[in-house]
Amino acid sequence: MDKDIKLKIEGVNKSFPGVKALDDINFSVKKGSVHVLCGENGAGKSTLMKIINGIYNQDSGEIYIDGELVDINSPVEAQDHGISMIFQELNYVPEMTVEENFVAGRWPTNKFGKVNWKKARETAKNLLEEEGLDYSLDTKLKNLTISDIQLLEISKAVSYDSDIIIMDEPTSAISDKEIEVLFDKINSLRDRGKSIIYISHKMDEIFQIADEITVLRDGKVVATEKAEDLSEDKVVSLMVGRELSKTFPKADIEIGKKIFEVKNLSRKNVISDINFDVHRGEIVGFAGLVGAGRTEVMRALFGLDRFDSAEIKIKGKKAEITNTSDSIDNGLVMLSEDRHRYGIIPVRSVRENITLSNLEDYIYGGRLHAKEEREEVEDISGKLNIKTPSIETAVSSLSGGNQQKVILAKWLVNDPDVFLLDEPTRGIDVGAKYEIYKLMVELAKEGKGIVMVSSELPELIGMCDRIYVMSEGRITGELKREEFSQEAIMKYAIGS
Amino acid sequence: MNIADRFKRARQKYGILLVLILLFIIATLLNSNFLSTRNLANISKQVSITTILAFGETILIISGMLDLSNGSVLALAGLISVSVFKMSGSLLLAFLVAIIVAVICNIINGLMVTKFKTPPFIATLAMMAMARGAALLYTNGQNIYQIGDYTIFGQGAILGIPTPIIFLVIIAFVTWYILQHTRLGRSLYAIGGNEEAAVASGVNINKNKMKAYIINGVFVGIAGVIFMSRVNAGLPNGGQGFEFEALTSSIIGGTSFSGGIGTAGGTVIGAFIVGTLNNIMNLSAVNSYLQQIIRGAIIALAVIYDTYSKNMRVESQKGEIKVEDDDKDDENEDNNS
Repeated sequence: MDKDIKLKIEGVNKSFPGVKALDDINFSVKKGSVHVLCGENGAGKSTLMKIINGIYNQDSGEIYIDGELVDINSPVEAQDHGISMIFQELNYVPEMTVEENFVAGRWPTNKFGKVNWKKARETAKNLLEEEGLDYSLDTKLKNLTISDIQLLEISKAVSYDSDIIIMDEPTSAISDKEIEVLFDKINSLRDRGKSIIYISHKMDEIFQIADEITVLRDGKVVATEKAEDLSEDKVVSLMVGRELSKTFPKADIEIGKKIFEVKNLSRKNVISDINFDVHRGEIVGFAGLVGAGRTEVMRALFGLDRFDSAEIKIKGKKAEITNTSDSIDNGLVMLSEDRHRYGIIPVRSVRENITLSNLEDYIYGGRLHAKEEREEVEDISGKLNIKTPSIETAVSSLSGGNQQKVILAKWLVNDPDVFLLDEPTRGIDVGAKYEIYKLMVELAKEGKGIVMVSSELPELIGMCDRIYVMSEGRITGELKREEFSQEAIMKYAIGS
Repeated sequence: MNIADRFKRARQKYGILLVLILLFIIATLLNSNFLSTRNLANISKQVSITTILAFGETILIISGMLDLSNGSVLALAGLISVSVFKMSGSLLLAFLVAIIVAVICNIINGLMVTKFKTPPFIATLAMMAMARGAALLYTNGQNIYQIGDYTIFGQGAILGIPTPIIFLVIIAFVTWYILQHTRLGRSLYAIGGNEEAAVASGVNINKNKMKAYIINGVFVGIAGVIFMSRVNAGLPNGGQGFEFEALTSSIIGGTSFSGGIGTAGGTVIGAFIVGTLNNIMNLSAVNSYLQQIIRGAIIALAVIYDTYSKNMRVESQKGEIKVEDDDKDDENEDNNS
């Protein structure tokens, strides 16, 4: 057997009721290499990683580590085999300190089970130093940024002396600058002979970091190649199984009258003096680093957060917004960056989720007319191509892209004038992304005003007519389409 | 689709109803009189009060709250109602007073939860003590006897149907209607399912939570009237442990303690499971202390089952599109044949 192979998976199958998640998977990861795993949502990436991490058991097939057959039944056993996993959605206790987080689960104890905190502190301190991180041990996790916590998690994984580190979309919540730090870290891990399995949708970073790429589609491996033998287009077409005609379906749309205008929006210590406008048929982008205040602007305008002052005009009329029902009544809606928290009601059906914000449309004399409601929901879910067994299925069982479409459908049935879309394509697969772009263009054609916040610059450049750039709670630049470039945006975003 | 899958689906769809039917069969085997109209009507009368309370609990638990004070508030409302009847002789006035008292108590519950952000568990625990204290203070711990015509609410009958059962049916209908056919119902499911997403969809959280407590108050008031009427007295110590029975009925009926899930129909079945079980245990002369242990174990099992089945659902769905689809299955079967 090849000495360089760290992890080898042979003929792994896994089925869930009604779906074959993994179909005869063969896959191997070399020592000292970064192996990128990509595929659309539902392709089986997460299932495969959960089998390696011992959360699921495979129905059949074998896993070898260093050429030895292993049987992994839990994440703890996986750790004993030198496997650590960093999840896409970080689970951490906000009130825990850096130190506590580091030693959690492996407290140095005496024989009565009493924790030796002095020793714990030393261990944590040494680990931080080794990893070159300069956080105070007493900093609470809630005071760190997501990317700090991500780096901390990675350091923790390394400190367990793991040889195989699985990262599930580690960049979905961090900005470009922080991605660089992360990549430096990954590179140094590779140099130390670790094997990294990196799951991602983002083409540009895949090619920055990958040594090898494996593409999954519908539970099958469709290709494993060296990164230099593949191109972005090739990977995308392998993932979706068809050539995408265009990445961004941007169309020429006549820009109409001003539909949305914000003057002097401020909130102490968060955002200050925000002025911008949106015209009918226009897609306006908001760029900036994480923490620049883009989400805070959207939340304030939508009535989720209080603000100190602002003059908001929708269709030329002044709008008083103190809560979300005010903004909805004024024809302004927002898609949150965090769809699990602010988007879906997971246990309820697609139907109930979609009509939650416009129930009054189906109510006469206090009674809800189920037939009309169903018809409208069937209609909109057909239009948006929401893939669900039925409109009575709980939203929690849909894929990320379809959940996002359900939230969009909820707003579309309201027929609003202005859409605030905060990271509308985060964490969803290429096919669904394209459908959401198309929908944005269609809405623009109908004369709606669209605001799109995104941390992916190619997406902003590809879709927007104008881009505002924010830094430290202020708008630092405004770019027209002909001025768009990643460099120009970054210059304003860094705030120099 | 194989038999195991079919069974699984049947269990998911009709699970608790099957349990009730099973209990009925066991009960009939143990006692041939069980299925008589008389005994069934008896069970219905016995469970009517806690079932009415259980509807209130269901509405509250669906929206992520609960009520521990309903037993005490029932006593306070019923007691004041009885004394108002003795003073005025008006059944209507007495009935309304009970509802008003219970609604006031629940408005206080609602204010604690919405304005002062007290966890519902603590807010209603406080009300549980306060209402009981108020009831005892009101009569100085004495019972009120000779309540005359007041007994019509709990012991009367219309067209041969006992009044408690009539109340039960009306309140079951009201609960079903609110949950299925009103904006309030939808909002409550959404609030319990994910409060932050409900806010971001324009749902007014505080207003809806307050409405849920007020409805609960109306139900508790009515239950108070029926209770005092059934026991032929005004008992300031009545209704102890009712919150437990009501919660058990609601949870066995499929209301999820994590919120967002539950139905009126399920609650009825849950209440009848509890009632039938009590009936069986009494008919088979099970030691009453042992009965308490069994009741406690049942609620624990119901919650364990709820958690377990939810984990199973999540397990089978993580990130994957669920393609369980009746039509598709049928198509496949056609192709195979």
